[in-house]
Amino acid sequence: MAKVIVVTSGKGGVGKTTTSASLGTGLADRGHKTAVIDFDVGLRNLDLIMGVERRVVYDFVNVIQGEATLKQALIKDKQSDKLFILAASQTRDKDALTQDGVGRVMDELRAEFDYVICDSPAGIEKGAFMAMYFADEAFVVTNPEVSSVRDSDRVLGILAAKSRRAEQGGDRIKEHLVLTRYNAERVAKGEMLSVEDVKEILAIPLLGVIPESPAVLSSSNAGVPVIRDMTSDAGLAYTDLIARFLGEDRPHRFLAPHKKSLFGKWFGER
Amino acid sequence: MDWLKIFRAEKKSSAQTAKERLLITVAHQRQGEGNGLHFLPRLREELLAVVRKYVQVPDEAVQFNVQRDEGLEVLELNITLPEKERRGGVASH
Ligand SMILES: Nc1ncnc2c1ncn2[C@@H]1O[C@H](COP(=O)(O)OP(=O)(O)OP(=O)(O)O)[C@@H](O)[C@H]1O
Ligand SMILES: [Mg+2]
Repeated sequence: MAKVIVVTSGKGGVGKTTTSASLGTGLADRGHKTAVIDFDVGLRNLDLIMGVERRVVYDFVNVIQGEATLKQALIKDKQSDKLFILAASQTRDKDALTQDGVGRVMDELRAEFDYVICDSPAGIEKGAFMAMYFADEAFVVTNPEVSSVRDSDRVLGILAAKSRRAEQGGDRIKEHLVLTRYNAERVAKGEMLSVEDVKEILAIPLLGVIPESPAVLSSSNAGVPVIRDMTSDAGLAYTDLIARFLGEDRPHRFLAPHKKSLFGKWFGER
Repeated sequence: MDWLKIFRAEKKSSAQTAKERLLITVAHQRQGEGNGLHFLPRLREELLAVVRKYVQVPDEAVQFNVQRDEGLEVLELNITLPEKERRGGVASH
């Protein structure tokens, strides 16, 4: 039986899709059969970030409406036999995501996979709500910035009150804080909220801190999740985050500003 | 050796990849339907109905696969026949 994980944030553009793509890829590379689902109906992007945009035939809404089977709609990753992607529909609207329909697809996915990652759209409306409703665990993606932190807090409230687990009175959804686009230099200068600040405000366990990194853009250019770029700080941070999620003890890296590199010293970096 | 040039060239190539991928994706998007092949679900239904005139097959028997490149689109169609009926007259592919 799969664990269903929602990657959510409330605020837009904080790194949910980047995180979903790397999380799915990382879990698959660690041997877990994983499906990543794009819930952003009308504005799909996960296919581009994971480099499968040319292979989308059927989408999530086709499966919900019985126009295709789940098997037909799941796109297998080119590099991993354990990684599958379900694209969002580009043409329907969010009302196509009915609770019954999404529930049926989730049940089918649970039976097949070890992990189901739900990439939530921004906001707290239908698409975002459906992405979180069936979740067992939540990755709350937050940037060290006031509006993002407030929105994350709002989302935590909704998870606790309106998810299926909340409604059925079972165990509550397990929440993980994923702090992304972290700029240690600016934190050191007092220009940006620190990890500690955000942890204190949101009061949920920290799973990982992903540094602001130019590698994220080059990875999305190429359609290869940044976790596959093991030379990059963001790739390593996502690798650590997954190890932690799977129960390993990994110290947090990239929390302090870069030490002056030799190169930087020669050229008078200060 | 001009290191700057190497770094610049490298940067450009990732952006170039992005541009090429986007040109294809956006072209499809502009056809009005997300993937330009919005008729596939109906095509599949009709094919199933035709196949079933001759052989009883489950819903998953008809599978599509699409590969796209610039200016080229390949629709691959597979019809899997049930074991027992294989001697029957419908060829796969
Ligand atoms: N660690 C990072 N370093 C630098 N840029 C990043 C990082 N994470 C994400 N980005 C950039 O931020 C932008 C938004 O990322 P992404 O699409 O993953 O966010 P999102 O939360 O899914 O957005 P939306 O709410 O629109 O779905 C992208 O341009 C991405 O490249
Ligand atoms: Mg997104």
